[in-house]
Order: sequence, then C-alpha cells, then structure tokens
Amino acid sequence: MAGSDLVMHDNEFQKIDEELQRLHQQANASVVFLVDKNGQLIASAGDTHNIDTTSLASLTAGNIAATGGIARLLGEKEFTILFHEGEKDNIHISLIGQRVILVVIFDQRSSLGLVRLRVKKTAEALAKIFDEIASKAEKEKVEGGKTAESPFAEISDEDIDNLFK
Amino acid sequence: MSFINYSSREINCKIVYYGPGLCGKTTNLQFIYRKTNPEQKGKLISLATETERTLFFDFLPLALGDIRGFKVRFHLYTVPGQVFYAASRKLILKGVDGVIFVADSQIERMEANIESLEDLRINLAEQGYAVEKLPYAVQYNKRDLPNVAPVEEMNKLLNVNGVQWFEGVATTGIGVFETLKGVAKQVLLELKKHY
Repeated sequence: MAGSDLVMHDNEFQKIDEELQRLHQQANASVVFLVDKNGQLIASAGDTHNIDTTSLASLTAGNIAATGGIARLLGEKEFTILFHEGEKDNIHISLIGQRVILVVIFDQRSSLGLVRLRVKKTAEALAKIFDEIASKAEKEKVEGGKTAESPFAEISDEDIDNLFK
Repeated sequence: MSFINYSSREINCKIVYYGPGLCGKTTNLQFIYRKTNPEQKGKLISLATETERTLFFDFLPLALGDIRGFKVRFHLYTVPGQVFYAASRKLILKGVDGVIFVADSQIERMEANIESLEDLRINLAEQGYAVEKLPYAVQYNKRDLPNVAPVEEMNKLLNVNGVQWFEGVATTGIGVFETLKGVAKQVLLELKKHY
C-alpha cells in the first residue's frame, strides 16, 4: 500500500491531547480538533458534545484538500492557513507538517491574533510529536516486528462476518 | 491509509465508491444509511448541486462493531462521477484503503464505465497505488433495467483481473451490503498482513 498507516499508541496520544488542551485554554477557544489529512479525527479538546466531530473532520480535510488543489493550480505548494469568519463562531484551520490539520473554533471571547499566535506554538510541538511517530513507524517497518497487542494478529473470517450481522 | 489508535482502541479505514456519472454511488450510500442502526452511523453528508448531482463528495461514517476489543470504523466516500470533476476525484482518493467500482450495467453506458475505470487507474497511479494491489471490488449496478449487458461481457471489459464482483440494484439494496462487506473484508485482511 502506498503511504503508511497512522498508528498511535497511548503515550503519543497523551502528548497530543496535552498540547490540544493547552491550546484550548491559552487561545481561549471553544473547541480544538486535530484531524489527519484523510479526514479522520485524531483528538479534540473543549466542549464537543454539541458538534458532529466526525463530519467536521471529514469536511475540514475536504476543505484543505480542495484548497491544496487550488494552490497547486496557482503554482503554490500549499495554503497552510484557512480562516472562516462567521456571525458568532470563527474557524481557524492550519496544516501542520503536511500531515495533520489543526482546527480551532472560537468566538468573541478570543481573537484571530491570539489564535494565530498560540496555534504557531502548538504547531511546532505537534510537528515534533508526529515526526517521532513517523520515525517509530519506519523503525518498526525495518525491524518487521508486529506489535504484541495487535488486534489483527488473530483476526478471523468469522470476526469480520460478525461485523455485518 | 488506515488510522489505528491504540489509545481509544479504534481502527478507522476509508473506502471510496468510484464510477461514472449516475451509476449509483450515492444511491449505494443512501441505502446503507437507511438500513443501518442509528447508533452505528453518523450523518450522511452530501456535497451536491441543486439537482442532486454530487459536487465534491458524499460521506458516511459507519461504526460496524468490535474486533478483538477494537472499534472498527469505515468512512465511506463517493466521488463526483461527472467527467469534468476530475480534479475533485483525485483529492478524494487520497489515503484510500479500499475502492468499490460501481459500473452502470446499461449497454449505452459501457463506454462511460471504461472511461471511468481508466480515470481511476490514472488517479490511483499518481498516488502510487495500483488497482491490482488495493482492496478492490466491482459492482454491476442497475441489473433490474431492461437494457443491461450480460455480466460475462462486463467482466471482460471491466474486470480483466477477475476481482471480486457483485450484481446490484442499489435503489432496492440488492448487492449493496454484499459489495461493502467484500471490500471491508479485504481491507481488514490487508491490515492483518501489516500489523
């Protein structure tokens, strides 16, 4: 398969979660999300129970993909920041290390300037974490080792059939 | 590109429905949406024109159940089938784990099927994928219509590698879950090979 799958373990997830919680507080944001470029939600911070996070993740990735398409048509590599302003809520979307998308939703209690400033810091920290994940995955690939607790090791036809009952 | 999260014990995979305009990709998703328990599905999102033609994509998240304590989620996408949405189609194929090619069985749509299949090959190749190596199945849709081509002929034209194929009538749901299951199974077995 082209590209590599994203495999995330507890300690990496916790690091990411900490970064998002910090950003959520420091930027005075309503909600903060991290989404992979294929539209899968990785983590979130803030009050998400009124938001359809799965749909939001998929649409954000679609948005970034479409904007990336436009960028290439114009000879740009990528537009790394998108900002949508609404009547009450605003959304700040930024691409981190060509890999993941950081989404910040905020209202009048915060400001675009503050969000941009805080996002920049968080982006650096997240880029580092994802570099670690990538190099770890690379290492595991070279060693050819399968994770001990892999859910796939003993997966059977029956398991799969059960999903569709 | 699957996303395996050991922290929340989730596996997320992406399946894309591909095929020519009006072949029934969105109809497949709509049927799955109607027939799935509310707790297993998210919203069906359709980015469509006023005339209900897909403009960018349809999206349906499905949580099918657990495998060995891991929640298995499939994100189903359709591409816009119309020829001039080529740029959008490419974007949706990014990070795909499995592809379902929906072919329109009507004789007069055979050329459109072939063209779309070629388009799929090119777009996958651009991202370093090959149809032959990807979890992949073909659905011959609209089998209820009077002017359909025989399956043997469609296999010759659209399935030279002899991959898994299904006859379908997406409007009534015939073959819809069978096709999805076929590809989902291939995706999970592919993951088993790697992890």
